[in-house]
Amino acid sequence: MARAAVRGRLTWTLAEVVDLIDETPRVRSIVLDVPEWIGHRAGQHVDVRLTAEDGYQAQRSYSIASAPEDQRLALTVEGLPDGEVSSYLVGELRTGDMLELRGPVGGYFVWEADMGGPLLLIAGGSGIVPLMSMLRHRNASGAEVGAKLLYSSRSWEDVIYRDELERLASADHRPEVVHTFTRSQPPGWTGYARRVDGQMLAETAWPAASMPSAFVCGPTPFVEAVAAALVLLGYPATSVKTERFGPTGG
Amino acid sequence: MESDAMRVDGNAMAGVLGEVFDQDMTTVRVACGGCGKVEPVGAEHAYVRAPGIVMRCCHCDSVLLVVAHTGETYRLGLGRSKWLEFAERA
Repeated sequence: MARAAVRGRLTWTLAEVVDLIDETPRVRSIVLDVPEWIGHRAGQHVDVRLTAEDGYQAQRSYSIASAPEDQRLALTVEGLPDGEVSSYLVGELRTGDMLELRGPVGGYFVWEADMGGPLLLIAGGSGIVPLMSMLRHRNASGAEVGAKLLYSSRSWEDVIYRDELERLASADHRPEVVHTFTRSQPPGWTGYARRVDGQMLAETAWPAASMPSAFVCGPTPFVEAVAAALVLLGYPATSVKTERFGPTGG
Repeated sequence: MESDAMRVDGNAMAGVLGEVFDQDMTTVRVACGGCGKVEPVGAEHAYVRAPGIVMRCCHCDSVLLVVAHTGETYRLGLGRSKWLEFAERA
């Protein structure tokens, strides 16, 4: 298996936008053609740099959404009202545009099929993105390791990758997908309708005795509350990997 | 609370540390001189929206590393890091 982390100095490269997919009203996937892409591992991210005509530069990290097995690199970006980079990526970017990026970076928040499991993935909002790369990798590699996804969204309309998650959940060796909706619920919804808490985790997470690998991604307060609750359930702190997005991302 | 919410993971420093070092730094282990705990860089806390980038111990909040990029140089402040342990290159 290619170890993307073992390589030379990071350099910026130009990628062409080949497709744009609106996932929700505020979230968009950007599909890129990256010349000489060296491959990535599920969970890694790239840095994206925008340069204005006057030379001003702004740079942000975005998680990779695609699986290592996919032909194209895909990022999924949530547009934030004050996000100088994200608002451009979600609102202005067009097919055929060139985007400056470097990566992949980060070898810590990573899962590969040969690392085993079971996998416990817990996402808050657009924190689903690197976890989706893991689920796509698990599916593409045919790994039979058990996987559960607990995914907190504001509403059904805010669920990113809605259709694909439903497809994955009906495939062989399907991951178990549990949603919770914190603001509004679809008609007739009987599932969770609150923020992720200790009781919800006790009901949905693998027991600590099954030695799961947990990956938690989302806004910082979400990630810290979930990680602390998992440790209270008996998960060793070293088995819980976190990726905090900060207050809102950018 | 505001600074708490700005906290991200050492993982977010992968890009800038990759500019300085020739390898992925998020799996490099670092020992804190404040509390003695050892963690991979990816698990420590990071503050990346400051003029410099600051890594703090995820157990005791001691500053472990500061990276400032000024003009053509990088300055790396070692804070209370006691040691960093790199894997031998394959």
